[in-house]
Amino acid sequence: MAAPMLRWGCPGRRWGLAWIDGGSRHERGAPTGSTSNRIRGQSSVAQQPLHTAQKLKKGEHKWAAVVGLEIHAQISSNSKLFSGAQVCFTAPPNSLVSFFDASLPGTLPVLNRRCVEAAVMTGLALNCRINKKSLFDRKHYFYADLPAGYQITQQRLPIAVNGSLTYGVCVGKRRSQMVTRTVRIKQIQLEQDSGKSLHDDLRSQTLIDLNRAGVGLLEVVLEPDMSCGEEAATAVRELQLILQALGTSQANMAEGQLRVDANVSVHHPGEPLGIRTEVKNLNSIRFLAKAIDYEIQRQINELENGGEILNETRSFDYKLGCTMPMRDKEGKQDYRFMPEPNLPPLLLYDSASLPAGADSQQVINIDQLRERLPELPSVTRERLVQQYGMLPEHSFTLLNEVGLLEFFQNVIKETRAEPKKVTSWVLNTFLGYLKQQNLAVSESPVTPSALAQLLDLLDSKAISSSAAKQVFKELWRSEGKTPMQIVSEKQLELMQDREALEQLCQSVMEGHPQVVMDVKKGNSRALNKLIGLVRRATLSRADPAMIKEILEKQLSP
Amino acid sequence: MCARAAWLGLRAPLGGRRGFTSKADRQGGGRITAAVIAHLERLALVDFGSREAVARLEKAIAFADRLHTVDTDGVEPMESVLEDRCLYLRSDNVVEGNCVEELLQNSHHVMEEYFVAPPGNISLPKLDEQEPFPDS
Repeated sequence: MAAPMLRWGCPGRRWGLAWIDGGSRHERGAPTGSTSNRIRGQSSVAQQPLHTAQKLKKGEHKWAAVVGLEIHAQISSNSKLFSGAQVCFTAPPNSLVSFFDASLPGTLPVLNRRCVEAAVMTGLALNCRINKKSLFDRKHYFYADLPAGYQITQQRLPIAVNGSLTYGVCVGKRRSQMVTRTVRIKQIQLEQDSGKSLHDDLRSQTLIDLNRAGVGLLEVVLEPDMSCGEEAATAVRELQLILQALGTSQANMAEGQLRVDANVSVHHPGEPLGIRTEVKNLNSIRFLAKAIDYEIQRQINELENGGEILNETRSFDYKLGCTMPMRDKEGKQDYRFMPEPNLPPLLLYDSASLPAGADSQQVINIDQLRERLPELPSVTRERLVQQYGMLPEHSFTLLNEVGLLEFFQNVIKETRAEPKKVTSWVLNTFLGYLKQQNLAVSESPVTPSALAQLLDLLDSKAISSSAAKQVFKELWRSEGKTPMQIVSEKQLELMQDREALEQLCQSVMEGHPQVVMDVKKGNSRALNKLIGLVRRATLSRADPAMIKEILEKQLSP
Repeated sequence: MCARAAWLGLRAPLGGRRGFTSKADRQGGGRITAAVIAHLERLALVDFGSREAVARLEKAIAFADRLHTVDTDGVEPMESVLEDRCLYLRSDNVVEGNCVEELLQNSHHVMEEYFVAPPGNISLPKLDEQEPFPDS
């Protein structure tokens, strides 16, 4: 609501020039979950909220939070939704603008087939019913980066409805248990993105770049079936993975290709839902979770202190970590929705309804698109669990980290080591190093083949697992060296020569007669000490089991 | 003439704001209250500016209201006059754009390759102390 209001920067922030992302303005006028929907949502969701009420004090009623999301995903296409201008994130201002995008008189929208296909594919992947007939509408509001004065969207009859998105969350004390949750998808609609406004406060003017104006968006409306920031964030992450797997959106939040607004309310379970607020400016998954949890707690505090919640739009200030009202006191805005007169209804077909002799360029066959759907993240995870015997939570981690799955699969391809060993090395050692240094998989100094070689050395018992850790550390530090080189440079090979090891044991025993005496008296800890001494003498290159066996043999009378 | 009026393509003359209470000409019974005018002005950043402009708005509404006199009983509503036409689908090729110089010729006021617009409601003053936007 009150679209132009979003142009307020956060109070307290006064930038000379500030990009305020206009995309989140594209809210449908009607509330996401109309009352009936929201109530239905509650009764049909038999899931336990992750943390129903936070910091519950004694004697207080429990609070339950209800979270719904509206997500705008920029469609990955060469050209815009209704014009042949290029879609590109970085380009000189106003260089990617057609006459239609600037809404010059006499221009007409011409629908991009690719955008329709992207919407259908996304709808299918999200278990939606695809409407064989959908309609375009105009939604009016005044803003300088919306030159036509209206946005073409799908208000009355969107392209896809009634879907669902299943995501996994960690529960349990140690967050080690994975459970799946489902959020219903109300609808997916095709619409135009707006341009961008650059506010020059000093000169009291706004600079307009229309490069983004008219880019195709998928608005995905999630029913209020979530109950905390983490659930919302995980659902968004899953949607992001699905869009990326489909290739329908690059869904990069930092570049504004995925924008999320959250509707948040709290109530006592069993009572009617509370008044909700809408939180905007959520431009990363981490902030999304933080902002929602902050807003839930703020509403609980407000209500417990006898205050009331206003149906208002709030913006998240990521620096202060709180939400602020977005001076939105204008009352409901009338978007004056009307049918888009320049676009006939969008008709889609399936193999059964495909008209005979139709121009294949002019018809879209839902069944054909369904057949062409790539493997979706949930299926990939299941396959990983089946194929490599890994735990479900490991499959989630592999997919969540950009590029990690590919890395893992490349290691698996090149090594003889057991998949379980590979999983453990990739998820513990490799990912641990990445996280510690805040690197992306693509920035890793260790290549998949280097790790594969290292695991081969470990698998063939050429090195011990502690030596392998050491080799890994060296690999990380000295790019370009192979594990073999490091092993030989640092002399980390396991001693395979039994005779040499026996001699070493002998000399260690001779050097420590007191310890040997203790062992002979039956002190088992003394034996461990001897093993340790021998290992040190071998520079940790000997298999402790083998040392133990030799020592026991030599000590036995 | 203020840039704002040009931007909105509105020819309403400026000045004398709030000097009227729109009890002006009642056209076809559609009287517009001052509160509605104020709300519209704030939403649209349009300055109706004068009694005449409000009268023109009321006339326009009265003109459109004549549609209500059409008898549509028993007529199936259409969604669009094009509803039985095929929606043409374009292939996803880049064939337009790269015409920033031509586009900017349409704008009164540009900065580098940007269009320059009034500051929207970034610093819209309170209703009672409202002034036209500075003509920068």
